[in-house]
Amino acid sequence: MDLFEYQARDLFEKHGVPVLGGAVAETPEEARAAAERLLPEGGGKVVVKAQVKVGGRGKAGGVKLASSVEEAEQVASQILGMDIKGHTVHRVMIAPAAAIAEEYYFSVLLDRANRTYLAMASREGGVEIEQLAVEKPEALARIAVDALEGIDDAKAREIAEQGGFPEDVRDQVAAAIVKLWDVFVAEDATLVEVNPLVKTADGRVVALDGKVTLDGNADFRQAEHPGLEDEFSADPLEAKAKAKDLNYVKLDGAVGIIGNGAGLVMSTLDVVAYAGEAHGGVKPANFLDIGGGASAEVMANGLEIILGDPDVKSVFVNVFGGITACDAVANGIVQAFGLLQERGDEITHPLVVRLDGNNADEGRRILTEAALPLLEQVDTMDGAAARAAELAAK
Amino acid sequence: MAIWLTENSTIIVQGITGSEGTKHTRRMVASGTQVVGGVNPRKAGTTVDVDGTSVPVFATVSEAMKETDANVSVAFVPPAFAKDAVLEAVDAAIPLCVVITEGIPVHDSAAFYQRAVNAGTTRIIGPNCPGLISPGRSNAGIIPADITKAGRIGLVSKSGTLTYQMMYELRDIGFSTAVGIGGDPVIGTTHIDCLEAFEADPETDAIVMIGEIGGDAEERAAAYIKDHVTKPVVGYVAGFTAPEGKTMGHAGAIVSGSSGTAQAKQDALEAVGVKVGRTPSETARLMREIMTSR
Repeated sequence: MDLFEYQARDLFEKHGVPVLGGAVAETPEEARAAAERLLPEGGGKVVVKAQVKVGGRGKAGGVKLASSVEEAEQVASQILGMDIKGHTVHRVMIAPAAAIAEEYYFSVLLDRANRTYLAMASREGGVEIEQLAVEKPEALARIAVDALEGIDDAKAREIAEQGGFPEDVRDQVAAAIVKLWDVFVAEDATLVEVNPLVKTADGRVVALDGKVTLDGNADFRQAEHPGLEDEFSADPLEAKAKAKDLNYVKLDGAVGIIGNGAGLVMSTLDVVAYAGEAHGGVKPANFLDIGGGASAEVMANGLEIILGDPDVKSVFVNVFGGITACDAVANGIVQAFGLLQERGDEITHPLVVRLDGNNADEGRRILTEAALPLLEQVDTMDGAAARAAELAAK
Repeated sequence: MAIWLTENSTIIVQGITGSEGTKHTRRMVASGTQVVGGVNPRKAGTTVDVDGTSVPVFATVSEAMKETDANVSVAFVPPAFAKDAVLEAVDAAIPLCVVITEGIPVHDSAAFYQRAVNAGTTRIIGPNCPGLISPGRSNAGIIPADITKAGRIGLVSKSGTLTYQMMYELRDIGFSTAVGIGGDPVIGTTHIDCLEAFEADPETDAIVMIGEIGGDAEERAAAYIKDHVTKPVVGYVAGFTAPEGKTMGHAGAIVSGSSGTAQAKQDALEAVGVKVGRTPSETARLMREIMTSR
């Protein structure tokens, strides 16, 4: 999960990383109240920053300076509700203005390729780091971090030196890096980025803007993390699926997809899109992995979510019967239809089912005999995808 | 021979007394696997009855290794305890540790992977994987043993069900070993490790490699194939339609900006002469052509 800037700032503060004050506001009135508190720290000025999880907000007019509570309120009312690259601004962060002398860059992240962590540091911050990496790669130091040893004082010092930070701030930068490593470990982050890390006019090193990505697998030991989820951005169907413990991602096509196993479902989306090329570009409507068991209840919950998607015109149920063999899966589907009926949900769109694997013949026979409304079977994945795409195009 | 797992493999199950551990121990034994023990510190000294066979439970991996001749561990330990369980297996220097558990925090995986690298005595497969099977010989994990037969194709895959689909479609030809390496961002054994082992295995004639979006493991595997693999390789990549920035089921299956896309992976594989199928069935057909023209 990617965090907003204000959430990253709060985590930085919690772990002792030097930051400026800051407050989040969802209304102009809240922005005014926050500005009142923060104007003194900013020498009579505050910055009002759109909170969106996308770069380039400054250019889009999402960052503005204000010199009074009235102006902060007025600027906030302009920014709130703005659209920045498809992201609606629901919150602004109010921060005291800072007199910046120099801008640096620091990040620590999971390095998948090397299966360890990587620290990146540069004395040339404030620009897009991807751009710096391409245009001046020599200015961006990359230092591998051992997963067991981590970043202690000596390692932080090494990073500050390799990043070419000026001598007068090196101690402060190294101290900040140690604290940022604390954030990375204690919060189970896969990315902690500070851009820019600044030296203020009075010589202090401060993290001015931060980006943090958290590992959802660690939620069991990070009780506060689920509360950081952005309730505005969640798709209503995704939220509903999550409440039912389903692994669902909304897409923009017309063929609803249910399958077992993440890889098989991803593959199913591709095969449907491939088959859809012959039907005017029909595409999959979602990703939904119901796991290996494929019980009646999970199948019913999955169908309910998919049939609740107004964009769906046909449904493709693609199951490989392994440990849970096809006869059990077929019985699950039959029972799921019963459950849906009990809940008052109607099957409103044609369903194409592909069962393959253990006891496939028996599974297919069960479905044929059940003669469920609007359900048809195709025995191959490619053939079933083509049929589902054809039905969605009608 | 097969790779890493043969009829001589002797397996202990970490978390044998849990519901998943018990269920899959039974399946492993039913398919002819030698399961010699289990580990659960709270139930040490007891036994687990597996369809009439009594399997002893030990307190630690090292005790289990001392008392039996175990050389493989399969871990079905819940995410919160998985790190300690794998560290224990690594510290006991078990040659192969297969981590089935899904949902392990990546900081924990990075830690046990690094410990295994430092020790140099344990190969980790997974986490978040179905394990590996050498059909007719041994089955370490949750791959259904009855969907295929022994043969001379090697298979390596990030995905469980796609592994099964491929094994099933090519069940008349059969497999030497099929390895599910898992869909997490940090895994103990990569495509490259498997390619290297299959290349060296005299009982493997050709290799199916299944990848998916996220990271650059497939691109690096392509570079490895170019320089080191002489056996024919057929590839498949899942996730062409996955949107940027969304995790698709597997924790590691995510396109970030322009990196980790399925297209880039397919291009890299095709550039080194690997035939890449557009669907799993087409991929199986490509492999069938290779095996039947030999």
